[in-house]
Amino acid sequence: MADDKSNAAEYWKANVRTIIGCLVVWAFVSYGCAILFRPLLAGIPVGGTDLGFWFAQQGSILTFIGIIFFYAWKMNKLDEKFGLGE
Amino acid sequence: MSQFAINLLFVGASFALYIGIAIWARAGSTKDFYVAGGGVHPITNGMATAADWMSAASFISMAGLLASGGYANSTFLMGWTGGYVILAMLLAPYLRKFGKFTVPDFIGDRFYSRTARLVAVICLIVASVTYVIGQMTGAGVAFSRFLEVSNTWGIWIAALIVFLYAVFGGMKGITYTQVAQYVVLIIAYTIPAVFISLQLTDTVIPGIGMFSTHTESGIPMLEKLNQVINELGFRDYTADVDNKLNMVLFTLSLMVGTAGLPHVIIRFFTVPKVADARWSAGWALVFIALLYLTAPAVGSMARLNLATTVYPEMAGQVEDYESAAENALVYEERPQWIRTWEETGLITFEDKNNDGRVQIYNEGNEDFAETAEARGWNGNELNVNNDILVLANPEIANLPPWVIGLIAAGGIAAALSTAAGLLLAISSAISHDLIKTMINPNISEKGEMLAARISMAGAILLATYLGLNPPGFAAQTVALAFGIAGASLFPALMMGIFSKRINNVGAVAGMLTGLIATLLYIFTYLGWFFIPGTNMLPNTPDNWIFGISPLSFGAIGAICNFAVAFVVANATAEPPQEIQDLVESVRYPKGAGGAVDH
Repeated sequence: MADDKSNAAEYWKANVRTIIGCLVVWAFVSYGCAILFRPLLAGIPVGGTDLGFWFAQQGSILTFIGIIFFYAWKMNKLDEKFGLGE
Repeated sequence: MSQFAINLLFVGASFALYIGIAIWARAGSTKDFYVAGGGVHPITNGMATAADWMSAASFISMAGLLASGGYANSTFLMGWTGGYVILAMLLAPYLRKFGKFTVPDFIGDRFYSRTARLVAVICLIVASVTYVIGQMTGAGVAFSRFLEVSNTWGIWIAALIVFLYAVFGGMKGITYTQVAQYVVLIIAYTIPAVFISLQLTDTVIPGIGMFSTHTESGIPMLEKLNQVINELGFRDYTADVDNKLNMVLFTLSLMVGTAGLPHVIIRFFTVPKVADARWSAGWALVFIALLYLTAPAVGSMARLNLATTVYPEMAGQVEDYESAAENALVYEERPQWIRTWEETGLITFEDKNNDGRVQIYNEGNEDFAETAEARGWNGNELNVNNDILVLANPEIANLPPWVIGLIAAGGIAAALSTAAGLLLAISSAISHDLIKTMINPNISEKGEMLAARISMAGAILLATYLGLNPPGFAAQTVALAFGIAGASLFPALMMGIFSKRINNVGAVAGMLTGLIATLLYIFTYLGWFFIPGTNMLPNTPDNWIFGISPLSFGAIGAICNFAVAFVVANATAEPPQEIQDLVESVRYPKGAGGAVDH
């Protein structure tokens, strides 16, 4: 029972770590590249405008898709590793 | 065949398709079709979620807002997609494991409190009704155009059809109908966009076309757009914004709102396994992104096409902007699409300088006033409602009539599928969560259905009445709904999963704080219950506290919700052991099984 508990706690910790990692990327592309750091990226031209604009209207959405699929893949591995899957 | 007949044909054919699928799915499907755990494939579920999610706001309104606001309105793009990231990681898998059908069910059980359930029902209804107002605004625009009636009539006709549709859809499992609606709306959205992208930039994919070279002038499309609108006194399309705080908060509001909207969350109960709930969120976003990656191209290209319709000489390489500005469109020679939209009242023209020509420019720009005066302009003469842009887009670009019919069908599909989903969420909250669980547990099956229909009718009447004088364009009204959902429901759901310490009192205090603070801020600027003229302060940036717009306040509301819940919960008793065990159990996929039927 104690083993089960610590196993579950480990799993939850690993999950929370994964979530935090994904959220960092999520915030970096949207709030970072697309909004707050846009002036810093102004020097990188993309099709008549700058990289920040591209992130705001295309790049962030593409990254979001990547993050969700990464998370689903990673969690399925964790489910298996800790024997907590269905 | 006239355009009117073609529109009717396309809309009629798409309706026949949905009804046919609904009947086929009912007759041929397995018994557990309605029950979560009945095995809807994650990809199918993702597509249905996308149709449920992409409403009149996404389809009809968003590109228009992008066209008028440019970079500043990228918030809609990021907010309405980024929310899926939080939904996929912070809510969907655990709520699927919990395995009941409604959002108030989870909040009521997790916070072991009837009050919490009641507050959740109230939050759900306020957010959903506001959302339906936005749908009615958008559907009204679509109907007024394709039936060629006034906007007011358009809204009433939309209300009637949405009502019939919701009653009909409510009785049958509509997942497969929504898949068909997704296919119709995505085709309707992308085909005109591809044509226009080819016309302007010779690029097939619109999202790439907007960053490519504008064929006629030989400079990048966005640079061309900036030049043209600069000549008319507008800011650069790609111009950065000054108020970054508001932009960040607005994006955050839309994201947490996405994750807090009940009709989206419910979707994740229909997949067989917890792992599928994770994949399904990803697929939903892929299908949504097909539209969201195209929308910025639609917006920017429509803006350019509109400007060059009014100033035809600005279309190619411009030698002399002054003469191009002088040779504006002669009103009597205006294209057919302006004439038809004028009938709906959504385009208006007034020849202020009596020169018989149409002038569009930024009359609010004081630095530009001198140029305008020198050109003999006496004010902006053509007012184009933002919400018509996507529907008018194929006409502006001279695309064949069948494309216009297609887009009418797509816009209506988008509005109907979402409005129906929301009305179902509202009616189930009232009949199931409020009446059956709290007021009268012995209510008969029939009585429950009757209550559901009455509440549906009430919600739609209220939303239609408010939709006649909407607090903003469809997408802005919908944004308010997201603020409300994000400030009230999202924090309660998230804390219910990620904290064992948040108790009943804390959750209730948090939700009420989030809801009331957000509503007060919105009503102060937009009028009490959105009734025009009852606002306490004018809704302009100089009156906003710290420059935070009412649309962005949901993020602040959510932060208040978290803070109050945390403080109150820590000052009061810990949740009982069985609740802590419940939290423990939703965290691990093992033993999910089918959703509990009740």
